[in-house]
Amino acid sequence: MYAPVSWLRELADVPAGASGSDVAAALVRVGLEEEGLSGGDLSGPILVGRVLSVEAEPQKNGKTIRWCTVDVGQHGQMLTEGKPQEIVCGAHNFDVGDLVVCVLPGGVLPGGFEISARRTYGHVSQGMICSARELGLGDDHEGIVVLTELLGAEAAEDLKPGDDAIALLGLADEVVEVNVTPDRGYCFSMRGIAREYALSTGVAFRDPADVHVAAANEQGYPVHLTDEAPIDGRDGCDRYVARVVRGVDVAAPTPRWMQKRLTQLGMRAISLPVDVTNYVMMLVGQPLHAFDLATLSGSVGTRRARSGEELTTLDGVTRSLEPQDLLIVDGADTPLAVAGVMGGASSEVSDTTTDILVEAAHFDPVTVARSSRRHRLTTEASKRFERGVDPGVTAAAAQLAVDLLVQYGGGAPDEGVTDVDRRVASSPFTFDTTLPTRYVGLEYSRDEVLATLGAIGCAVQDTGADVVTVRSPSWRPDLVDGPDLVEEVARVRGYDEIPSVLPLPKAGGGLTHAQRVRRLVAATLAQQGLVEVLSYPFVGQDLFDRLGYEPADPRRRTETLLNPLSEEAPLMRTSVLDSLVEVLRRNVARGARDVGLYELGAVTVGRGAAQAAPVPGTDSKPDAETLAGIRGAVPAQPLHAALVASGDAEPGGPWGPARAVEASDAVSWALAVCAALGVDPVVASASTAPWHPGRCALISMRDGTVLGHAGELHPKVTAALELPPRTVAAELDVEALVSVTGAAVQAVPLSTYPMAHTDVALVVDETVPAASVESALRDGAGPDLESLVLFDVYHGEQVGAGRKSVAYRLTFRAGDRTLKTEEVSVLRDRAVASAASRVGAVQR
Amino acid sequence: MSGPNKQYDPVEVATLDPEAVERAVEEALEAIRGAGSLEELKAVRLAHHGEKSALALANREIGALPPSAKAEAGKRVGQARGRVAQAIAWRLAELERLRDERILVEETQDLTVRVPRHRLGARHPISLVTERVEDIFVAMGWEIAEGPEIESEWLNFDALNIGADHPARGEADTFFVAPAGSGLVLRTHTSPVQVRTMLDRTPPIYVLCPGKVFRTDDLDATHTPVFHQFEGLVVDEGITMAHLKGTLDAFVQRLFGDGIVTRLRPNYFPFTEPSAEIDCQCWVCGGEDPGCRTCGGTGWIELGGSGMVNQRVLRASGIDPERYTGFAFGLGIERSLMLRHGVADMHDIVEGDVRFSRQFGMEI
Ligand SMILES: [Zn+2]
Repeated sequence: MYAPVSWLRELADVPAGASGSDVAAALVRVGLEEEGLSGGDLSGPILVGRVLSVEAEPQKNGKTIRWCTVDVGQHGQMLTEGKPQEIVCGAHNFDVGDLVVCVLPGGVLPGGFEISARRTYGHVSQGMICSARELGLGDDHEGIVVLTELLGAEAAEDLKPGDDAIALLGLADEVVEVNVTPDRGYCFSMRGIAREYALSTGVAFRDPADVHVAAANEQGYPVHLTDEAPIDGRDGCDRYVARVVRGVDVAAPTPRWMQKRLTQLGMRAISLPVDVTNYVMMLVGQPLHAFDLATLSGSVGTRRARSGEELTTLDGVTRSLEPQDLLIVDGADTPLAVAGVMGGASSEVSDTTTDILVEAAHFDPVTVARSSRRHRLTTEASKRFERGVDPGVTAAAAQLAVDLLVQYGGGAPDEGVTDVDRRVASSPFTFDTTLPTRYVGLEYSRDEVLATLGAIGCAVQDTGADVVTVRSPSWRPDLVDGPDLVEEVARVRGYDEIPSVLPLPKAGGGLTHAQRVRRLVAATLAQQGLVEVLSYPFVGQDLFDRLGYEPADPRRRTETLLNPLSEEAPLMRTSVLDSLVEVLRRNVARGARDVGLYELGAVTVGRGAAQAAPVPGTDSKPDAETLAGIRGAVPAQPLHAALVASGDAEPGGPWGPARAVEASDAVSWALAVCAALGVDPVVASASTAPWHPGRCALISMRDGTVLGHAGELHPKVTAALELPPRTVAAELDVEALVSVTGAAVQAVPLSTYPMAHTDVALVVDETVPAASVESALRDGAGPDLESLVLFDVYHGEQVGAGRKSVAYRLTFRAGDRTLKTEEVSVLRDRAVASAASRVGAVQR
Repeated sequence: MSGPNKQYDPVEVATLDPEAVERAVEEALEAIRGAGSLEELKAVRLAHHGEKSALALANREIGALPPSAKAEAGKRVGQARGRVAQAIAWRLAELERLRDERILVEETQDLTVRVPRHRLGARHPISLVTERVEDIFVAMGWEIAEGPEIESEWLNFDALNIGADHPARGEADTFFVAPAGSGLVLRTHTSPVQVRTMLDRTPPIYVLCPGKVFRTDDLDATHTPVFHQFEGLVVDEGITMAHLKGTLDAFVQRLFGDGIVTRLRPNYFPFTEPSAEIDCQCWVCGGEDPGCRTCGGTGWIELGGSGMVNQRVLRASGIDPERYTGFAFGLGIERSLMLRHGVADMHDIVEGDVRFSRQFGMEI
C-alpha cells in the first residue's frame, strides 16, 4: 500500500517537519513493514519567479532561444550581484509578467539532477525555468509551468517572487510504501494508514468516512440478496448499498489532484466513474463497483453460481463459474460480476453511459478468497475483501463516490437510497486487563490498557474489575481474543520497551544418540576426504530405469508431487544416491577431476495405496485414533548417507603416482563410518543395482540387519547417468546404524603375552569371496587368533585356471600364557582345515 | 685378545721397552687421526689394536718377564692400549657423526609441496551452521527435535491456525503429495515439529527444530525451493515476550558477536499472537556505515519471525493455554549463512560444487 505523505496530512496531524522516513518509522513501529520510500529527492532553491524580460535569439542551428531575466526575490543574483536572475530558456509558452518556477544553481530536481550555472548560447544561464515534467508533476503538460494556469488565477494572486515553490506545489511529496499483513486489511486504505499513524504518534485522526450520508429509504434501486450455499453459515453478502447517479458526463476529466493521487498509489487514471470508485476505495478501503444502469434489468442482487455458468469479466476472459462463486446478478438473473473479485464486461460503464449504479457491498472474506484463488484472479477488490473490509463504512463510501460523481461529472443523485443491512453484530468477549503484563513481561497499568483499547476503537464495558468486556471496532475483525488485544497494548507502547530476559530451563539431555550418530557419520565421511553437498530430493520417472532397478524393486515405490517444480522430476528420491549422482556430474562438467561427495538426507518409502491423512478440527487435541491416522498416513522417511566418487582417490606427487579411486575405496569409506561408530559389520559380495554385479559389497550385521551397499557403479548406470566410468558409490542406512549402536562397548582385557605370527597360503576358487575364507579361518583358529590380514592375492598358472591363491598372516596370542610353537601349529592347522571344509581351500 | 707368551721367547721381550711401546702408541694415534672413513678406521683398528698389533704382541711378552718387572710392564702396556682404544672410540664417534650428517643431507626431501597425501573432505556450511545453532541452544539446556519432510496437512497447516482458506495453503507456496486429497504436503516450515513435540510431551518444553523445508519458489540468487530453517519453541508456565527477546539476544550474541542485540517489530503470523518480526543489529557496521552492504545502511538486519504461541495452536496440541504460555521463532539457515559468511548467491549453496564446501572446512 502506497501512502503519499501529503494525503496523510489531510487525515492525521502529521507534524509540519515530519519527513517521509519519519512517517515510515512511525508506521513500522506499530507493525506495518516499510517496503520503500519515493519522492522527496529534490531540493531548493526552487522558487516562484516573475518574468521581467524576454529576448528571442535565433541560433545558427535553427532554434530560437530566449534570454530572460526573472525576479526571484532576494535570491540568487539579486542577493549576490543586485540584479535579477539571468536564465536561458528554450520553451516559448510564457511571457513577460508570468509567474513561473525557477530552479537556481545549487538546486536539485527530481531524479537527482543538480543544477549549476552554465555557459550556453553565448550567455551564462543562472538556473532554469522549469517544466511540469522537470518538477515531477507528470508527463501530460508540455512546456513551462505558468502558475496562473496551473493553480488558477485566484490562487496565484497571493504569490510573490522568491516564494518557495517546493512547498507551494507539494514537490517534496514523499510516498511511503508499506506491506500490509493479512490481519490488517483496514490498512489497505489511507483511512487505515492514517489511523495507524495517529495511533503510533498520538496525533489526532480525521475519519474521511465521517461524512453526511443520505439515509436509506424504500425508494432506492431494488436489491435482492440470496445465498443458496453460505460458507460456514455466513452469508456471502451481509450488506449491500446501491446508489444511482443520473446524467453523469462520463467523458468529464478526472480532476488533476485525483489523478495525481491515483498515480501515486500505483493506479492508472481511466475515466471519471472508474477513477472515482478507485479513489474512494483507496481513501476508505471499500471496493466499489460502477454499473451502467441501462444494462441492468430492474434490480441487482446476489446468488451462488450454478455449474456450467459462464461470465466474461472486465479483463476479457470468459470464466466458467462454480457453485461456490458468489455472483452479482441483475433482475433477469444474468450474472454481472464475481462478487468482490471482478465485474463483468456486459454491465461495464462505457462512453455512452449516462446513469450509473454505485455498488458498495460487504462480502464474506472466505467466499471472495476462494473465488479469487479458483479463478487465479487477484484484484484490488479481492485483496481487500479477503482480508476484511470495514462493514461499517459501506454507506459512507457510496456517498463519497456519489458526491464526487456529482461534483466532477455533473450528475444528479437519486433520492432513493438502498442499504440492505444483514450484518451480524460482532460478539463481545471478556478480556483480563492483567493479561498484557503476564504475556509480555512488561508492566501495563489498567489505565494504559483501557486507553489503548479505546484508541484502537474498541468499545469497553468497564465495571471496574480486572476483567472487562470488549467489542472490537467494525474495521478490526481480527481482534477476537485476549492475545489479540495484548498485541495492541504491546505495539502501542512499543515493542522496543520489552525487556530481555533469558529463560532458564532445567538441564537438558543434550543431543540424542541418533543426533550424535548423524554428526559422527557426517564428520567421518569428511575426514575420509569426501565433500558434503546437498541436493534437491526430486527425481524423474526414468531414473529408476537408468539405475537398473528391477520392475519389482521396492526402491521404485515412492511418493509423487502433484505440483512438482519440473514435470521431469515429480518423484521423491528413495535413495540419496538418486540425486547425489547429478551433483557429481555437475562437478565433473565444471572441470573437477577428482571428486568425492557425500550427502546425508531423508529418503522416501512409498506408502502404496494408503489412507489419506485425516484433517480434524483444531479446537482441541485430536483423539488418539485420529492422531494415529495422521501419523500413519505420513510415509516413512529414513535418513540415509550416500557417497559417490570418481577420479583419483590419492593424489600424485613427489612421492609417486596418483591412485585412481576403486570399488574398495567405497567399501573402505563405508567401513570407516562403521568403525567410527564401533560397529563391526559383515561384508559380503552382492549383486545389487545400481552397482557392478562383480564389484558390490553388502554391509550388514551378523543378525542380518542391512547397513548398506558399496562398490563400483554398473557400467550401464554410469553411461546412462553420464558419470565418469568407474564411478564408485555407497549408500548407508543411518537409521540402521543408529539402531545397532548405543549400547556401551564392553572392554576386552588386553593380553601382554607375546604374540606368534604364522602365514598360510590357500588356493580357492576365484568366486570364493575373501570374507568367506576369512570367516572360515577365524572360526577354525579359535579365540586365541588376535588378527588375520590378507597380504597377497595371486592368480596364475601355478594355481590353475579359475583358482586364486590367497595368503594370510595369522597372529595368535593367548590371554593367560605364552603360546608354544606346537600350539600355534595346531591352531593354524585347524584354521586351514576349517577353510578346506567350508570353502574348499587347498594349502599351497 | 692376545694370549700369554707360553714359549717365553726372550727375543721378543724388547717390545716391552718403554720407548718401543711409546712409538707403537704414536704410530697408532697417527694412523687413527689419518683414518678418513669408517672403513679406514676399521683397518687402522685391526692394525694397531688387533690381535697382531704391536701392542698386542708386547702384551703377550709380559709373561716372559721376571716377576719383579711384570707389574711395571703390564701397567705400561695396559695404559698404552687404553690410549689407543680411546682414540679409536673418539674417532669412531667422529666419523659416525659425519656419516650421519651426510646421510641426512642426502635424504633431504622438499616438503613444501602443497599437494596433500590424503585429501581432507569438507562439511557443507548449511550443516555446519545448523550444528552450531544446535550447540548454542543445547548449551542453554534446550533439546533438538525433528520430524518428517513429507508431512500431514493438519500438522503443517491446520494445527498452526493456518485455516483452509489461508493464502499460504494455495499451490503458490506448497508442494502437494499425490493423489489430490492425500492430506500430505512437503512441509513448508519446521513448525509441524513443534506441534508434534507439544502433542507428545507435557511442558516444560524447550526445543529447537532445525530441518529442510520446501516452497514452490524458483531458484534464484536469494530463493531456493528447498531450504533449511530452525525454529525454537518454549512452552512453560509464566513464559513472556521478554523471554523471547532474551533468548533471541543470547542467540545472536553467540552466533554473530558479543553486544549484538535484537529488535522486535509488530508483525502477523497465524501461529503466534502477539507476533513479532526479528531484526538483528548489524554486526558488520553496528549501524555506523550508511553504505554498509550487509544491512543496507539501516543498522538492522531482518532475521525472521517470532511471537507468543497462538492459544489456538496450544489448544489443538493439547496444551492448556490458561496454564501455559509459550513463544516460538523461526529463522532461515541459508539466510544466516549468507549474512554471516558473505555468500552472495544462493546457487552456490544449493548446487553442490565442491569448491563451495571446501572453503569452510569442518567447522565455522
Ligand atoms: Zn551494517
